Amino acid sequence: MAEPTEESAAAQAAAVAEEDPNKLSNKRVLTNLQRMFGEDAFTDVEEPYGLLTATTTRERIHDIIEALQADQEMQFNFLTTMCGIHYPDHEGKELGMIYHLHSLVHNVRLRLKIFFPIADPVVPTLTDIYATANWMEREAYDFFGIIFPGHPNLIRILNVEDMDYHPMRKEYPLEDGTREDKTDLFFGR
Amino acid sequence: MAVNDTLAGTHKIIEEAREQQHNQLVPTVNDFNQELTTLNLGPTHPATHGIFQNILQMDGERIVSGVPTIGYIHRAFEKIAERRPLYQITPLTDRMNYCSSPINNMGWHMTVEKLLGITVPKRAQYMRVIMMELARIVDHLICNSILGVDTGAFTGFLYVFQEREKVYEIYEEVCGARLTTNMGRIGGMERDFTPVALEKLRKWVKEFPAVMREFQSMFDRNRIFMDRTQYVGGITAEKALNYGFTGPNLRAAGVDYDVRVMNPYSSYEDFEFDIPVGTNGDTYDRYLVRNEEIWQSLRIIEQALENLPEGPYHADAPHYYLPPKQAVYKNMEALIYHFKIIMGEIEAPVGEVYHSVEGGNGELGFYLISDGGRTPYRLHFRRPCFIYYQAYSEMVVGQSLSDAIVTLSSMNVIAGELDA
Repeated sequence: MAEPTEESAAAQAAAVAEEDPNKLSNKRVLTNLQRMFGEDAFTDVEEPYGLLTATTTRERIHDIIEALQADQEMQFNFLTTMCGIHYPDHEGKELGMIYHLHSLVHNVRLRLKIFFPIADPVVPTLTDIYATANWMEREAYDFFGIIFPGHPNLIRILNVEDMDYHPMRKEYPLEDGTREDKTDLFFGR
Repeated sequence: MAVNDTLAGTHKIIEEAREQQHNQLVPTVNDFNQELTTLNLGPTHPATHGIFQNILQMDGERIVSGVPTIGYIHRAFEKIAERRPLYQITPLTDRMNYCSSPINNMGWHMTVEKLLGITVPKRAQYMRVIMMELARIVDHLICNSILGVDTGAFTGFLYVFQEREKVYEIYEEVCGARLTTNMGRIGGMERDFTPVALEKLRKWVKEFPAVMREFQSMFDRNRIFMDRTQYVGGITAEKALNYGFTGPNLRAAGVDYDVRVMNPYSSYEDFEFDIPVGTNGDTYDRYLVRNEEIWQSLRIIEQALENLPEGPYHADAPHYYLPPKQAVYKNMEALIYHFKIIMGEIEAPVGEVYHSVEGGNGELGFYLISDGGRTPYRLHFRRPCFIYYQAYSEMVVGQSLSDAIVTLSSMNVIAGELDA
């Protein structure tokens, strides 16, 4: 098995990053992002456990992820995972999508979040950028009812086709909600 | 002209019908000179080693298109996890990639430890490394030997299954279980390696290489095996990255991404090992990469056994780590902690954490959002199988049916992980 070019390229980049005192840090990623998309494009910026996290809007998310993939400096070229989330108490921002991106060259991860109302759960698809987004978006549709216009085949993926609700939403409790003999005092939520 | 208008109208209807058919689950081809056969591969087919359905359109022996259906053993782990205390989620992870459950268990424990800020003692970290690498070896062994079965060689499978049995005996000695291990605890391991476990481990590490060499001599340069696997089910590095491949399947395509090296966890930085990479990303490369990884895992186990540090095998985390049973009978604090842990009354801190480990099939990620309650607010598993299996239908187009079977088994798609 011969040495592949990707490997040597990655090794070179890693070597450069090591020598370079300004190696791609979370701060630099954030500065770059704000330069590319404007200061107001990102809110709630934090770094839980060293992973840069920022909230943006669904209008911007497609452009941001596309530009990050094409960006020669940062090279966020790997979509690790994406998942939906439901916060019933956040009015107007009940549903969300969370994207995990990974720059394999610099070994930096980035988490982007978007939130939108449950009455209008429409998010641009990423299938034109990442082939891997296909099933992830189907999963988000299946479990949270998030619609991705432009998705080639937006049907349920893990649940049965004739299911008429989106089970990961918080209004569907795991146990029978009518049971009265058992309170939630001891067994979590 | 009226006739032309009608024709134009008809064309439009046909166009629309084509458009509709294009959006259908099973694509059909409108070329009447070509006669296609629809073939249901699965859901229960002995050669798919799991419950997968693929609706294949065949032109003679060639596959024109494939539509996978998954979810046959979906068990709603992410939903169930939202109602379980953190330590009760470990058995759920067992049932994802059940060929290497210790890796899933440890990955989950490490995620929780990251959230809680618990530092696990060095001995426990090394013990975890040993168990995870054993699991990786078994996972790869099963995949490669099943690949052998699918190409018509049953013997190799039986040879290595015996070795798998021995590893399972080590599991039994370490945690009491075999397949769904529920191994380790939040904060370390549930017990130290017993002398018997260490003896079994040392014996196995010494004896296994001979079997592995025998297994490899049966396949590596076998003309039939090479003809069946070379240039079959290949994928380029760019495509593999775009499809989110990780693990041996990505490395076979030539990208040296390994979580153990990129983001070392559990003291992987202490060990000397190589990352094998392939060139074509085809079935044969995947087979070779897995074999080489088995040797590298063996190297890691040898190093870990040799340098196994002395000291405690679990962290001092009374809120999460069960006290010894003897203490529970005699000591008030121990009794309280025991009760609180078992009843799931421990509240986790607020936070969100993503942690990934190198699973048998690639980057196994846990994304845990805690709102300060007793259970996760949201837990998302990044399951490598789920992510790379979507490339399968593209990889088999143009191949014959027998190639599709070989491709499927060399990708090591585990139904439990696929469907969560």
